[in-house]
Amino acid sequence: MQQQEGFERRYRPDWTEFESALKRLEAGDREFGATGFPGAYRRICHHLALARDRQFAPRLVDELNALVQRGHNQLYRVAPRPLRHLGRFFARDFPRAVRSEWRVVALATALFLLPGIALVLLVGIDPGVSAQVLGENQVLQFESMYEPDNERVGRPREAEVDTLMFGFYIRNNIGVAFRSFASGIFFGVGSAFFLVYNGVFLGAAAGHINQVGYFSTFYPFVIGHGSFELTAIVLAGAAGMRMGFALIRPGRRSRKRALQEAARTGIRIVYGAAAMLLVAALLEAFWSPNGAIPNTVKYAVGSFLWLFVFGYFLFAGARDGD
Amino acid sequence: MSSQAFDSVQPVETPEGVDLALSPAGPCPRGLAWAIDASIRWFAYGAISLLLSFLGSAGTGLFLVFMFLLEWFYPVFFEVYRSGQTPGKAVLGLAVVMQDGTPVGFGASVIRNLLQFADFLPFAYLAGVVSTLTTERFQRLGDLAAGTQVVHRPSHSAMRERPRPRPGLTPRPLPIPLELHEQRAVLDFLDRRASLNPDRAEELARLAEPLAGEERAADNLCAFALWLEGQRPTTAGSPEPRGEH
Repeated sequence: MQQQEGFERRYRPDWTEFESALKRLEAGDREFGATGFPGAYRRICHHLALARDRQFAPRLVDELNALVQRGHNQLYRVAPRPLRHLGRFFARDFPRAVRSEWRVVALATALFLLPGIALVLLVGIDPGVSAQVLGENQVLQFESMYEPDNERVGRPREAEVDTLMFGFYIRNNIGVAFRSFASGIFFGVGSAFFLVYNGVFLGAAAGHINQVGYFSTFYPFVIGHGSFELTAIVLAGAAGMRMGFALIRPGRRSRKRALQEAARTGIRIVYGAAAMLLVAALLEAFWSPNGAIPNTVKYAVGSFLWLFVFGYFLFAGARDGD
Repeated sequence: MSSQAFDSVQPVETPEGVDLALSPAGPCPRGLAWAIDASIRWFAYGAISLLLSFLGSAGTGLFLVFMFLLEWFYPVFFEVYRSGQTPGKAVLGLAVVMQDGTPVGFGASVIRNLLQFADFLPFAYLAGVVSTLTTERFQRLGDLAAGTQVVHRPSHSAMRERPRPRPGLTPRPLPIPLELHEQRAVLDFLDRRASLNPDRAEELARLAEPLAGEERAADNLCAFALWLEGQRPTTAGSPEPRGEH
């Protein structure tokens, strides 16, 4: 034990000094003469190895281990710069990621569109279906939102302020996209459920609008932001299913590794989908409901946006040889 | 050895060649940390909504955006920019790190926090708790997908002086020979005794039945430990350390 006491006595000043350096780094101060830090860290690692090897008291080993743990955390940080590659992300990485996952995207589109179309047709055959699917209150609210003589279209009468609706769309829509992605981990079932549910909901709503004949308000409203919002919903669901399918069919990797890689790919698509939903929220809050803009303009802009979105995912970032 | 069966410590090899011993944190401390963070969030909601109420409906809209950001990204900010510790985790002495012990990256933090929703299902974080209890590193679903884990990380290494043995203990020679790991255990007891309450110390010492005896087991064990350290009783009856102190 003399050896341990000698060891402790000799090196305690080093440890105290290292501890104070750690405290400063952990508080966020990264400027103070940190040139000595890596060397000090290596020395502490050496002390830990010695202490373990010589079977010194666990108390001592634990304290050195804690120092090494904190030092390791400070030394191997990578300064996170999420915004640095923003331009390149949108110009190249995001559309490429979507293209490389086209199979899940196609499946997600089908899961969303087919129930939607089915519901539109169903409501055409039996108008009562919309009330069954959406509930009476929801149906009535829809009708009040899209009545032809509304000043602001697509709004419940009480919520007049656009900024309020913008906040609502952000919270609601991006939240749904995140939840749709997250629930994909359950073998893709959660995402599939979200997609089908949203398709059914929107299909029933559209079908009902058709029945009551509010064409001049509903469709110009939807076409404005629909290109961004609907595509983003499909993409978020696709990303979630990609995660879930990795668990079912991990290929040549372990399930855990396959899941992590799928999550990394999926999250990139989710970033892009969230950005698209931000644009959609802006459009849906400030552009689409504006009753003063003539419908032809809305249709023209809306069509243009759809073409833009399709062209973006088909062609953006495809050029650089890679 | 038998210690490996119930010890959850994960050794991680560092580039310096020394093994870093990481202790994954179980659902209880993590649940407490979550509760603290949730309280902080609720408090922030209240404060911000109060401030924004002066702006009317537009203020409500801004509040909704703020609520969205806080809901999903409050942990991301702290995990990425504050050494992997949200305030709740810092109180409990926990930290988020990658599986290999390196600091958590931005993408990994986003993944694990978006997947909180999946962990919450079907209710009250049931999926997350089940996942935590059944994986080797106590990883919930979000941790599995992101390749992260939550470990215990003491906020200060508490470099303290070796606790002084109780006065009045005379070193006693060992009646039976002990193996090296048994000697270690006795010496550890001496070190730990200061942090244990007397009943607990007695209870632990009695585990070494044949050696420590039934009465005053803790004192007996400490006396043996002092002997193992190299201390010898002086002729006056009080312990005097061998060598300088």
